[in-house]
Amino acid sequence: MRPIAREEQEDGGGVEGRGGAGPAWPTGPDDVRVRLEQGGYLADDGLAVACFLALRLRRPIFCEGDAGVGKTALASALATALDAPLIRLQCHEGIDASQALYDWDFPRQLLHLRAAEAAGLTDADRLEDELYGRRFLIARPLLRALETRSCVLLVDEIDRADDEFEAFLLELLSEYTVTIPELGTLRAQSPPVVVLTSNRTREVHDALKRRCLYHWFDHPGFARELAIVRRRVPSASARLAEQVTALVQALRAQELVKPPGVAETIDWAEAMAALGATEADAELAVATLGSVLKYREDLERARGLDLTALLAVRGA
Amino acid sequence: MSAPEAVDAPAVLVGFARALRAAGVDAGPDRVQALIGALDVLRPGVRSDVYWSGRLTLCGSRDDLERYDRVFAAYFGGAGAGSRAVRAAPATRLRVALRDAGPAPRTGGEGERDGVPAAVLAGSAEVLRHRDFAGLTEAERGQLRRLLAAFALRGEPRRTARLRPARRGTVDPRRTVREMLRWGGEPAPPLHRARAERPRRVVLLVDVSGSMAAYADALLRFAHAAAHGGRVRTEVFTISTRLTRVTRELAHRDPDTALAAVSAAVPDWRGGTRLGELLRDFLDRWGQRGMARGAVVVVLSDGWERGDPEPLAAQMRRLHRLAHRVIWANPRKARPGYAPVAAGMAAALPSVDAFVEGHSLAALERLAAVVRGADDA
Repeated sequence: MRPIAREEQEDGGGVEGRGGAGPAWPTGPDDVRVRLEQGGYLADDGLAVACFLALRLRRPIFCEGDAGVGKTALASALATALDAPLIRLQCHEGIDASQALYDWDFPRQLLHLRAAEAAGLTDADRLEDELYGRRFLIARPLLRALETRSCVLLVDEIDRADDEFEAFLLELLSEYTVTIPELGTLRAQSPPVVVLTSNRTREVHDALKRRCLYHWFDHPGFARELAIVRRRVPSASARLAEQVTALVQALRAQELVKPPGVAETIDWAEAMAALGATEADAELAVATLGSVLKYREDLERARGLDLTALLAVRGA
Repeated sequence: MSAPEAVDAPAVLVGFARALRAAGVDAGPDRVQALIGALDVLRPGVRSDVYWSGRLTLCGSRDDLERYDRVFAAYFGGAGAGSRAVRAAPATRLRVALRDAGPAPRTGGEGERDGVPAAVLAGSAEVLRHRDFAGLTEAERGQLRRLLAAFALRGEPRRTARLRPARRGTVDPRRTVREMLRWGGEPAPPLHRARAERPRRVVLLVDVSGSMAAYADALLRFAHAAAHGGRVRTEVFTISTRLTRVTRELAHRDPDTALAAVSAAVPDWRGGTRLGELLRDFLDRWGQRGMARGAVVVVLSDGWERGDPEPLAAQMRRLHRLAHRVIWANPRKARPGYAPVAAGMAAALPSVDAFVEGHSLAALERLAAVVRGADDA
């Protein structure tokens, strides 16, 4: 409910733009990768190219893939890498422009009206102009993203929103402008870097995808996943990280209802490290299995596996 | 930026896009333009840059990726160009399915239709309503198609989190205040709001395997009409030896065009069925993520399961937990003396909320009513 006018003034000068060859401009995919890595996010070749192109061509990245493979994390990693604020819009069924873009602050407008009355103000035109001025506008994530210079906009789980919202978003993303009837058209001074994620609960409309760079997130291979775990769970020993990664990779090869994502690997390593383990054994793995597998069927199947053997293979 | 290598790079890329389109990837001109733009800031001579920028700009879904890899390897040379013909084979199946499905049951029984003149048929939509699809003549099929086109399938309504302006309900302070502001702060009658209702998503799983050949055409036309009916998009999958999502193909307004697109997209027309495995595939790839969650899922199949029925039973239980309601429409249920003894059907039934017929227009009308939640049991 807080007004945004104040923020707007602050933004006007301070934050550095991505206009020229400023520090926020990566020079190539490798540069992007290095920067993401400094922020703790390990991107593969394709993702590095995707991010670089997104920055250069000002196209949104459309991220699809299983849950827990790092789609949402990419947005915050990009924000860190570019030293830009992250603005997040979580989509849900029934989301509309007033929740995503802007809304008028009616209680304050009314209060203002009352106050004006009490003060005996009679200039109706001025009063009306004031009522629909910037100070009574509540900027929701999308408007904030347009107003904030050089930011990263995360539109999370776009597949949960309705078709109508997609169409609305498409319009916004192609022009980076927004028209508020009472105020006029607002144009983003520098378009935000946009990351859209989808869990594929339904097919997102082609028109929207066409505006974007499409990137499919696969589960990482052993080496990259190990590197991610080492980086994200510093408390885990090298041996533990390696064992956990190997176990998760083995679990993914099983027919599971929900194959674990990288997020679960990290959780598992954290869980074992929190128990003070420097090395995993079958007993510990079974005890902490709940942090990786979230379905009873999967748990049963995993318990049926010879975890000791799986651990031994990598250990040798 | 860096100049293209020797040859005409755009021409090469346009040719590549054409090859991709031939393989079924929707790589339109704007996507090609995006690719050219991308290579402009990358290194057009470097294989991995070309690969990734093409994949990022030309593909639009996970299904595209496999085709992309195949075409890329074939076009730019490289490993693994062996699986080229995977998609070339199917094309003309739908018509064939129709034609050779006709005569078979006609010789079987139901003698009352011998020598019924076309003129009588044309006037007797009521008779046609109750007739088994499997035993229709060409003329009757034409009429059936027209009747099927008028179908609408709407899921049972559910309340959403969204509040809509309404005549009654709780007072909507925001709209009321806005109304008052419009009149300069004068008191105005309060406006109300209520929870919006939306139909639930409907997911159709249409069995197009060999044993369903006589019904597949009619059921897909039904699915086509259903997909165009309501506000919430109906999702349609075909199941045979593989699971194929055909929602996009059915998006064509014209039923014939749509069905031609479906027959081109379904690689396993009239194959065998592995219901359990395919249901699992559906749940893993789509259902679990949310497509089946809270939806009305309709399985249109005769329940013929070749292998072990236990996986089917397990997957049906899983589906039942996810979906709001699971409806099974079985065209063979109407046959005299039918009992769900086919191993698959028997295994699935405990997890089915409504078990209905699916052999005639009247049966489909009833199915639509069950989907709407109007009529249970």
